[in-house]
Amino acid sequence: MSGKRPIGELLFRGACLSAVVIPLAVLGYLIADVVADAFLRLDWSFIESYPSRKAEKAGILPALVGSAYLIVVTAALAVPLGVASAIYLEEYGGKSWWSRVVEVNIANLAGVPSIIYGLLGLGVFVRLFGMDRSILAGACTLGVLILPIVIMASREALRNVPNNVREASYGLGATKLQTIRGVVLPLALPGMLTGSILAVSRAIGETAPLVVVGAATYISFLPEGLTDDFSALPIQIFDWVSRPQEAFLLNAAAGIVVLMSVLLVVNGFALWLRARLQKRLRR
Amino acid sequence: MSETGQIEIKDLVAGFGSTEVVHSISATFKPRAVTAIIGPSGCGKSTLLRCINRMHETVSIAYSTGQVLLDGQNVYAKDVDAVLLRRRVGMVFQKPNPFPNMSIQDNVLSGLRLTGTLKSKNAKEIVEQSLTQAALWDEVKDRLKAPGISLSGGQQQRLCIARSLAVSPEVILMDEPCSALDPIATARIEDLIRDLKQRYTIVLVTHNMQQAARASDQTAFLLMGELVELSDTSQLFTQPRDSRTEDYITGKFG
Repeated sequence: MSGKRPIGELLFRGACLSAVVIPLAVLGYLIADVVADAFLRLDWSFIESYPSRKAEKAGILPALVGSAYLIVVTAALAVPLGVASAIYLEEYGGKSWWSRVVEVNIANLAGVPSIIYGLLGLGVFVRLFGMDRSILAGACTLGVLILPIVIMASREALRNVPNNVREASYGLGATKLQTIRGVVLPLALPGMLTGSILAVSRAIGETAPLVVVGAATYISFLPEGLTDDFSALPIQIFDWVSRPQEAFLLNAAAGIVVLMSVLLVVNGFALWLRARLQKRLRR
Repeated sequence: MSETGQIEIKDLVAGFGSTEVVHSISATFKPRAVTAIIGPSGCGKSTLLRCINRMHETVSIAYSTGQVLLDGQNVYAKDVDAVLLRRRVGMVFQKPNPFPNMSIQDNVLSGLRLTGTLKSKNAKEIVEQSLTQAALWDEVKDRLKAPGISLSGGQQQRLCIARSLAVSPEVILMDEPCSALDPIATARIEDLIRDLKQRYTIVLVTHNMQQAARASDQTAFLLMGELVELSDTSQLFTQPRDSRTEDYITGKFG
């Protein structure tokens, strides 16, 4: 009945609170620092200019357009493939020894360092398939990189669909395909889309695999098709940061702000989409 | 033979993996009547029920042998499609399970929509007819577009009954349909069951002996996977032929 227990409660609560506050403070400082630098450089001409040897003339347009291409093509490759494999594993695969092996390996693949995927992309897509240093090669590499994440997120979404609605559908005389298409997928869609978009937004920030597959840092034209050379935002930032002249560091800061804005837009879109779909489900 | 929904079970054995749950049961359930299946938990009531519309086999490790004849035709014959069978033998589950992404009206039509057999011109009629038969029409006719899951538990269960009526089955299997409901909602479902037997053969699994006594014409007592007794309900509860039935209905075990 002494006062000991309340102190323990307070300490634990304080420890948990500082675990929230400290990382947030560090993150806040980093963002403030970058944004302060970025404001010295960021303007409309920075967005619509090509790279240049003169820091104050250099812009980020090809990298921005390259990243946009990559996002769209990566998503178009990885999301349908990932969703389809998740449907197979979750709805058809059963609980066999084989499907457990696949499950463990997909989880492991999600943890493989991205540079390994870059090397795979270089060996398979760039060289073996002869895609060269193209947007397609970059998008295929990023697609393979996020595929395990898309699969895991989609399986989770499928698993969250209560089994009793599947039973209800079978009980009405629906086939497996009719049940998946008419009942399971509509219910799993919000989770699948959110997971997929978050995976795609991870791909946007990836640098290492793109360095390996040969994204360009100095490019004076916009890509016109999937087989063109390309640059990407993180690549351009990486290039500027590694230059000796101080002025380029401001460019890098401005580039980081552009990259983070893109991520914010994509993640915001994911949140909005989920809220919208869930509201439609409730209505 | 005319289609009246008579169910005849012959030497049915069913189980999961290495566990046999139903040991060689044979029984005949009268058409257009309510047959209740009672017995203690784990006695195989639900498994027996789920063998009738071949829902049992949707579980990956499930197995069964023997025959279930619906109007004289073995539903386990090679040329019978389980999916088509389930349109003739509807099912209502323990927990109300309307589709959460669908309105009341869409839930009623869901069986026809999912199977691609809905003709849009009679959709309205089907909705009204099915909900009326399920004694739900008056309560929901002004909000057919509201979500199915916005209804109370008892209304949701009647919605599930309406949903299975909409595909015009001959038989309705009910797996403890009132176990998640309060007494008032339960009484409404029991009234409904008595109405529905004019047109459908109903098999009602229940753990509630009073419910079997109130709502059924015939009662089957199952114990550890065996059919102990199948008699007219009034007889089974007043003059059971088997001493184990008597022990169970008088509450000596359960």
